[in-house]
Amino acid sequence: MSLSAASHAELDPRLAAPFPKAVLPVLRNPQLRKNVAHAIDVIQAKRGKLVAEKRDWQELRTAASAIRAHALENLGAYLEQFEERCTAAGGTVHWAADAEEARKIILDLLRQQQATEVIKIKTMTSAEIQLNPCLQAAGVDVFETDLAEIILQLGDLEPSHIVVPALHVNRSQVREIFARRMGLKNLSDDPKELTNAARAFLRQKFLSIPTAISGANFLIAETGSVAVVESEGNGRMCLTLPRTMITLAGIEKVLPRFQDMEVMLQLLARSATGERMNPYTSLWTGVTEGDGPQSFHVVLLDNGRSSILGKEKQRQTLKCIRCAACMNTCPVYRQTGGHAYGSVYPGPIGAILTPQLMQMKHAQSLPFASSLCGACYEVCPVKINIPEVLLELRSQVVDQERKQAGRIFDPMYLGLRIANLIFAGAWRFHAAQWFGRMGLKLWTRKDGWIHSLPGVGGKWTQTRDLRGLPDQTFHQWWAKRAAQSRQEGK
Amino acid sequence: MHTSLFITCYNDTLYPETGRAVVCLLERLGVEVQFQPKQTCCGQMHANTGFRGEAFSQAKRFVRLYQDADTVVIPSSSCVAMMRDQYPGLIEELGNDELRKQYEALMPRVFELSEFLIDKLGVEDVGAYFPHRVAYHASCHGVRALHLGERPYRLLAKVRGLEVAPLANVDRCCGFGGTFSVKNAEVSSAMLAVKLQDVIATGAEYCTALDNSCLMHLGGAMHRQYAGMKTIHLAQILASTEEAPAEVTL
Repeated sequence: MSLSAASHAELDPRLAAPFPKAVLPVLRNPQLRKNVAHAIDVIQAKRGKLVAEKRDWQELRTAASAIRAHALENLGAYLEQFEERCTAAGGTVHWAADAEEARKIILDLLRQQQATEVIKIKTMTSAEIQLNPCLQAAGVDVFETDLAEIILQLGDLEPSHIVVPALHVNRSQVREIFARRMGLKNLSDDPKELTNAARAFLRQKFLSIPTAISGANFLIAETGSVAVVESEGNGRMCLTLPRTMITLAGIEKVLPRFQDMEVMLQLLARSATGERMNPYTSLWTGVTEGDGPQSFHVVLLDNGRSSILGKEKQRQTLKCIRCAACMNTCPVYRQTGGHAYGSVYPGPIGAILTPQLMQMKHAQSLPFASSLCGACYEVCPVKINIPEVLLELRSQVVDQERKQAGRIFDPMYLGLRIANLIFAGAWRFHAAQWFGRMGLKLWTRKDGWIHSLPGVGGKWTQTRDLRGLPDQTFHQWWAKRAAQSRQEGK
Repeated sequence: MHTSLFITCYNDTLYPETGRAVVCLLERLGVEVQFQPKQTCCGQMHANTGFRGEAFSQAKRFVRLYQDADTVVIPSSSCVAMMRDQYPGLIEELGNDELRKQYEALMPRVFELSEFLIDKLGVEDVGAYFPHRVAYHASCHGVRALHLGERPYRLLAKVRGLEVAPLANVDRCCGFGGTFSVKNAEVSSAMLAVKLQDVIATGAEYCTALDNSCLMHLGGAMHRQYAGMKTIHLAQILASTEEAPAEVTL
């Protein structure tokens, strides 16, 4: 059994290998690829059916896109409104400029509570700031409560998807992890039995640990409320049983009005899991005496987001509501799964979000990890034009390369610069065609095909042949025909 | 009617038979085809690889060369998508207002081949004969950028002797993606392998499309694997008749 056990470094964009290198072990792992393709094909088929039954799907997308764009354009005002209303309802709002500050705020809150254990609802934002290793190092035991997250935590694995983080693990692998870590030798791989094992394991944590950490799907400015949508009920347990609740949320998660949830919830469940409605939607506002956590904190995380907000073409990245439809439909993700992206945010959205969160100083290979097929844009419930942002980021990466001294030794860079000079005039283009044809003749076999090329061309011929260049280009044929017909005309 | 053929750089160099087929087909339908000999490239390769400045110079060249054309026909959906989706951003970035006006005046007259036949000429039956089983690969730019929809199928349905083989996951990318196929050659190959399984499962003799770039990718793998299937641009099928069968090279 071969699970790609990514170390923490592998999902840290500052340390991860570039995408073309990181994919290699995955592409050679048949079990992993089968698990990923199967999981996303199932979700996509369910999504397709439920989207088809919504006659106003495109109108919903347009509305959601407008709501999110409006919220981002007025983010400062809505965040202040959220802070004011949440505080008035008994919550405490903290502002964290970066990951380090967010970790410190959360750790200080846990120390005030003298917490040595904490339960968590799945939150990718906490993975973004690498919260779990930080808490463990500070002596706080962290217990994930989402089924997929338990699998990952007990199996010492890393998430490979933002909605179904353990989709790369199949049930016989889950059985192995649970049997080993829960001491259940006779556990079968029946999904019901596996779920019951997790349930028994978790119930005791829910009832005994008084401190919880969550993420947020939405923050509602109008009411100061926080919303979490989930499928398993573990979130509901975490949000109601503990005494202290700490919610970590990216600043972009704000919706202006409570009523906006109507649009978002119709889109989110269908896009994310292929369900009409997610099983559990929890909404809470501050603290209610005698009901639920009596101490409630929201940590609002920037961590690079406000710099994205300032860039007009890129701002749409922050409209994302983390449904993962883009990765479920992505033909690249379907082959590679999530780990190769070297970030907790994989797939097409990760390919644009991660390098931007890194201020374009890391993860520069990710904007190129796409064939630009456009499937992501087509399914995105908030209409993020991911290909457009990919292209914008590609040009920024190329502009960085232009400043590097060794760039002329990069055959791709050099080739494209030369190609530009060639395309600037027809005679240059025609001369280059002639030289190209002559050059490639050296590699063209008697059957008229090229089976192997040197240098960058070898990247093509490692799996495909290339038909040798025909002796006559189209424009030569045209010129000859025109000359003939002129002669005949005379 | 006149139309000016923009053949595209790679068709000119690698697939001249597609250009010859477009000329043959359109002349048969009574269209006078013109060819602007100064044409080179639309700039797609540069734009998609992040070389925006370079792409702009080619966009400018295209718009200036074709501004007086009645109509422009292009047998490559990804090049048309480049012009429609990326030229406005490039032109805006450089703030060239004169070029923007020229571009906006030109674009309603620029057609991808199947658009030209169905939307402009209003023909579906082009009088073609191609007695083979054919799978149609709906290329990404044709489906999601140009929204070609049923156009290619309507054209294929009227080709005498031709049997369309249904292709599973018809709009899934073949993995080419221009320089992606080289920059991320291994992922591209993995995507190609999956696509090829679907294409071969059709039992077709030919795989056709409105983009020779996808067909170069699929055909390159078919040749490598002795798959017993060939690729052919849709223009060549539509140009084919009893008297003059399609030029199927190699």
